[in-house]
Amino acid sequence: MDFVLNDEHKMVQKMVRDFAQKEAAPLIKEYDRKREFPMQLLPRMAELGLLGVCIPVKYGGAGMDYISLGIVSEGLEWADSSARETIAVHTGLNSLTIFQWGTEAQKQRYLAPQARGEKIACFGLTESGAGSDVGAMTSHARRQGDGYVLNGEKMWITLADVADNFLVFAKTEPGEGNRGISAFIVERGFPGVTTGTIHGKMGVHASNTGWISLNDVFVPAENLLGQEGEGFKIAMSALDSGRYTVAAGAVGLMRACLEEAVGYAQERETFGKPIGQHQLVQQLIARMVQRIELAELYVYKVGWLKNQGSRNTRETSLAKWYTTEAAWATASDAVQVLGAYGYSDEYNVERHLRNVKGSVIYEGTSQIHELMQGAYALGYRRDKPLRCELPAYDPEVWQAEE
Amino acid sequence: MNAIALVKHVPDTAQLSSALDGLKLMAEGPRIINPWDEYAVEECLKLREAHGGQVTVLSLGPAQATEALKQGLAMGADQAVLVSDPAFEGGDTLGTARALAAAITKLGTWDIVIAGRSALDGDTAQTAIQVAALLGVPQLTYVAHIREINFEAQTISVERMLEGGREVLTSRLPCVVSVVKEINEPRYPSFMGIRKAAKASIPAWTAADLNLDPATVGAAASGVSWAEVSLPPAREGACQIITGDTPEAMAAALVDKLMAEKII
Ligand SMILES: Cc1cc2nc3c(=O)[nH]c(=O)nc-3n(C[C@H](O)[C@H](O)[C@H](O)COP(=O)(O)OP(=O)(O)OC[C@H]3O[C@@H](n4cnc5c(N)ncnc54)[C@H](O)[C@@H]3O)c2cc1C
Ligand SMILES: Cc1cc2nc3c(=O)[nH]c(=O)nc-3n(C[C@H](O)[C@H](O)[C@H](O)COP(=O)(O)OP(=O)(O)OC[C@H]3O[C@@H](n4cnc5c(N)ncnc54)[C@H](O)[C@@H]3O)c2cc1C
Repeated sequence: MDFVLNDEHKMVQKMVRDFAQKEAAPLIKEYDRKREFPMQLLPRMAELGLLGVCIPVKYGGAGMDYISLGIVSEGLEWADSSARETIAVHTGLNSLTIFQWGTEAQKQRYLAPQARGEKIACFGLTESGAGSDVGAMTSHARRQGDGYVLNGEKMWITLADVADNFLVFAKTEPGEGNRGISAFIVERGFPGVTTGTIHGKMGVHASNTGWISLNDVFVPAENLLGQEGEGFKIAMSALDSGRYTVAAGAVGLMRACLEEAVGYAQERETFGKPIGQHQLVQQLIARMVQRIELAELYVYKVGWLKNQGSRNTRETSLAKWYTTEAAWATASDAVQVLGAYGYSDEYNVERHLRNVKGSVIYEGTSQIHELMQGAYALGYRRDKPLRCELPAYDPEVWQAEE
Repeated sequence: MNAIALVKHVPDTAQLSSALDGLKLMAEGPRIINPWDEYAVEECLKLREAHGGQVTVLSLGPAQATEALKQGLAMGADQAVLVSDPAFEGGDTLGTARALAAAITKLGTWDIVIAGRSALDGDTAQTAIQVAALLGVPQLTYVAHIREINFEAQTISVERMLEGGREVLTSRLPCVVSVVKEINEPRYPSFMGIRKAAKASIPAWTAADLNLDPATVGAAASGVSWAEVSLPPAREGACQIITGDTPEAMAAALVDKLMAEKII
């Protein structure tokens, strides 16, 4: 058993933290206030290879492992959740899912440009009437000629107004629940696709969240991902990748909160001493440390499971549930340590608090994860092997040019 | 073209806090590549991009200093060499420079050595100058821009950063240059570089490998010794609040005080 990051991971960590500190953090504050997506970050993230970090080199990626994906998520969310959300949807939910389920042609056409960051991708599962209850979706796909005609509207989609490619889920068997769902790769340029941005969010103001409307959109048959009726399984496996980035990101957010709280507690004085010397403040700080270190251990265990190619739906769900709840508590405690200043956007902790509430909701609400964990423990739920599993990390294969 | 970047592994002063003071940081704190040395590596890489050739990163320090070298490799350097021997411990800048100069000579033919302006910890800005003197080549310090470099004609023209101005110098190659942060913007390591660096095996040259007599390096040969290293005294400022009936009266009172203290 080995609990230390290797040299490669340490260097990735330094690189991402430098990027987050020098380039992301200074922009985010302004863009969070303006409620705009900082488009200029995307080409920089692409240039550094962050958008395809764990995708094999032959598909345009950087050829690193799944632990590196976690390190990138953690490093970016230290600056702001919005930067990590881009990784969650573009790399986790979309690109890794095409890598797992896609045909060679789909990988060449969609995965490679996405991994290089030439195209940006997102994931459209949720609808206004179907969030936790995925099977309630009403978007549908009708076979026509050598393709499908899609109709429906997706809501709460991260990067809806930014992405070039969308992975959308629609029912090919409207009468069926989960089993009637299929997955499609849709391009922004397909006639009948329109998108818009949702305004008035509580947090992640520097991310783009919106809707995708599909109005008689013709999608060629070769853009069906997996088989007809496999959509629900594909969506759940996508979430295994996405939730991992959310969990790792939550560690970064907590680390940012701890740093700000510790710095402040050492400087701010009340009743003649630094507030860090009041035991109740120490308690808040100690609990932050407790959550961070436990979360970190568990997140990297999940990354390790992914590297091994072991099925990790249960562990990933547990990681996402625990870390985001821990991060919500940590951000709240950090605001408390800073008092009124923590409540102001002069500091970062209030932004982290607003942002992290989203993490507790998306990619499975805490309640959904709690239900899953109970069902696993009681034997009501068991994971069956998938037709296509996310491949185990093999450096030779990942780094081969061909 | 053969360029050599000198990199030092130094305490990460960004980690200073009331819990980790300078002395503790020096003894056991986390370490980073000396920030100015990233600019030295970057400049070497830019020369290679323009002229082809090879970039070597070189560091003297304990085994842990390979981390600074790996950072150089991850940025894109072709090879790295560590100079490491208990005999070098406790050396002054001249002893350090002797070991570095011997390593540079052992590397074979070279055109340019680039160092940082100074090290975050020792901060003497002497090492590069002493290396140049020991190698018998010109030294160009505080370089903010390389205007022209010609490896055929073996000439270089640089702008040196001076207080309130710049000085243009021309010199012959080979030479030793030390750089300031104005010279470039260091790149981030690439993932390919990171993988290469993680796998690289970095040779560690000892005093014997460099044919150095242990009596000429390290504490044994130091003309300068650290008698004591201590923290700066805690600042004791007294704060005075100026009161007055109107902002104008308060400003006038402030000006009077500043003039009385001969601040303005
Ligand atoms: C910022 C943001 C970004 C998002 N990005 C995306 C994206 O990129 N792609 C995408 O597809 N979706 C995205 N979503 C949508 C997100 O995944 C859903 O909001 C989430 O799945 C919850 O669905 P819902 O909002 O419809 O809530 P509901 O499912 O209506 O749930 C409402 C409440 O009821 C609880 N609940 C529901 N069912 C049960 C049950 N069986 N037992 C107990 N409690 C239950 C929930 O926990 C919750 O508290 C995003 C959401 C946000 C806020
Ligand atoms: C444990 C310890 C004991 C010491 N004892 C003494 C002592 O007794 N007497 C004394 O005078 N000094 C002592 N020193 C200081 C030592 O001499 C200096 O750290 C060293 O010579 C470099 O000087 P500097 O830090 O001022 O670097 P500078 O001269 O400011 O550095 C300028 C540039 O030179 C290059 N450079 C500097 N050092 C190295 C290196 N090691 N490897 C590669 N490139 C380098 C870098 O490019 C750097 O940017 C000691 C240091 C240590 C760690």
